[in-house]
Amino acid sequence: MNPFRRSPFVITAAVFVYFFLYAPIIGLILYSFNASRANVTFEGFIPSYSSHVVMDGSLVKSSPCGPFHWYCDLAKNADVVEAAGNTLTIAFTATIISTIVGTMSALALQRYNFKMKPFSQVSLYIPIVIPEIVMGIGILTLFSQLFGWANQAFNLTGDARLALGIGTVTVSHIAFMIPFVTLVVQARLQGFDKSYEEAAMDLGANEWTTFRRITFPMILPGIVSGALLAFTLSLDDFVITFFTNGPGSTTLPIYVYGLLRRTITPQINALSTVWILVVFVAVLLLQIFQNRDSRQRS
Amino acid sequence: MFQRLRENKSARGTLLALPTTVWLFVLLIVPLILTLIVSFGRRSPDGSVIYTFTLHNYIRLFGYSTDCPAGQASCFEPLYLNIMWRSLMLAFNTTLCVVTLAYPLAYFIARAHPKKRSLYLFMVLIPLWTNFVIRVYAWMMLLRKEGAINAIIGWLMHLLHIPFTPFEMLYTPGAVLVGMVYEFLPFMILPIYTSLEKIDNSLYEAAADLGANSVKTFLRVTLPLSMPGMVAGTILVFIPVMGTFIVSDILGGRQVILVGNLIQRQFLDARDPTFGSAVSLILMVMTLIVTYFYTRKFGFGEEIVSA
Repeated sequence: MNPFRRSPFVITAAVFVYFFLYAPIIGLILYSFNASRANVTFEGFIPSYSSHVVMDGSLVKSSPCGPFHWYCDLAKNADVVEAAGNTLTIAFTATIISTIVGTMSALALQRYNFKMKPFSQVSLYIPIVIPEIVMGIGILTLFSQLFGWANQAFNLTGDARLALGIGTVTVSHIAFMIPFVTLVVQARLQGFDKSYEEAAMDLGANEWTTFRRITFPMILPGIVSGALLAFTLSLDDFVITFFTNGPGSTTLPIYVYGLLRRTITPQINALSTVWILVVFVAVLLLQIFQNRDSRQRS
Repeated sequence: MFQRLRENKSARGTLLALPTTVWLFVLLIVPLILTLIVSFGRRSPDGSVIYTFTLHNYIRLFGYSTDCPAGQASCFEPLYLNIMWRSLMLAFNTTLCVVTLAYPLAYFIARAHPKKRSLYLFMVLIPLWTNFVIRVYAWMMLLRKEGAINAIIGWLMHLLHIPFTPFEMLYTPGAVLVGMVYEFLPFMILPIYTSLEKIDNSLYEAAADLGANSVKTFLRVTLPLSMPGMVAGTILVFIPVMGTFIVSDILGGRQVILVGNLIQRQFLDARDPTFGSAVSLILMVMTLIVTYFYTRKFGFGEEIVSA
């Protein structure tokens, strides 16, 4: 019997589900080339290149960027550039901190026994079992009460006033990223042969050298996977950011959401397309990295 | 002090775990406690919180209204109960649709040739990692009156010479269901795939040797062994659907109000954080009850981490 035999029903269903997954994305990409600014129906591609934009009603007749008109428009949009900058700043900062902190706690949970261990382990599952919106409004309440109290107590005014912004978003992102990093690194530590460490100690290495020369290189792929996962989660986050951002700390998901409630132009499609492309490359790199790592291990 | 630390393994563990413990305590546990405290408070006229102990918010949530017509002192107004019931039903329906769609695809990938599996999985990861808001927007474009779905139906009807006028599919409960199913489908595919992939081929061979046909093999071998994956997937789908407000906000317009929308509006439009806190605590309790009974009955393993 061929173990890879699948019934025609399964194959048809799989093709249908893939179609369901991809048709909306492909439609979205197609519309990013739409000649119509109203973006209601697809009016064809923008036909030609010219020195300046030629419009006919809401139709773009020709543009310096040709079919990529909306992408050029996007690059000129200061709000988008600012939102992209915020998104990356938050994601980088939060990833670095949550990776370090998460790796430390993974080591603690896997290698040591201590009083707080059950509490630490259980608290890792909170972000999985509690709806994000509950966390979001809880953190919002915490910050608004805390800041309200501090501003009054220390008489802070003007720029010195504590308010929601990039700082609060970053701190909140770290809170939900730490558990993911910890769980990924912990899984890596579990499948790791302790005899290497024991051998190093037998050969006279102290604990720090053992960690630096043996443990760390062996769990490094786990740390990198955890960091990449955390980074993507931060880039992608909507709900927590929605409740913790303030003026000047708009991220891309928040910006797009704001636009959707007012107008829709092909610019959003162009932004979405660029984003999907970035995700595509990132996931591809992650896959290649993980495949290479699992081949090395076996 | 450092000498003691070097010798005391327990202290070192505590120290390593300290940043995580403090961070999670301050940003997950404290906010939950604060939400609980606020939910017993009262709203002041300017929208801030007066800390007292009143069950007013919960009483309002469960339908006893104090501003009633015709001079009644109190009356029953199931507005919020309806919203909660609607969200619960939507979460059940979404989970059901998602399982139906995810299972065949997960099975397809798990039984594919090992060399092709990573490609098929990669194709699931792309929609999964495409931003949530972007994916809602994609459906907004498809479901509009002038959108692609109406255009395709219109074209088919035209071929069949049946008169057809495009209709608005946006801002309906159906649109919200489709959007939810689309958003959460990958979260079900991956855990089911993980549990299917672990099934040893010899089990299928044994079933065939013992004379089971393909239906029987599926029901007696495949399905029971993929239960942990389905349970993990259900948790990953059910909980977020209960609390999501973007899908209903954008695809449902103001027509479909779910618990998530109710909470969001209390914090941003209605400016009543005390009522919003009460609603979100009830939401949390609802999801925890469902998760608790569900996992106790079926249990789940490492599959939950796979997504």
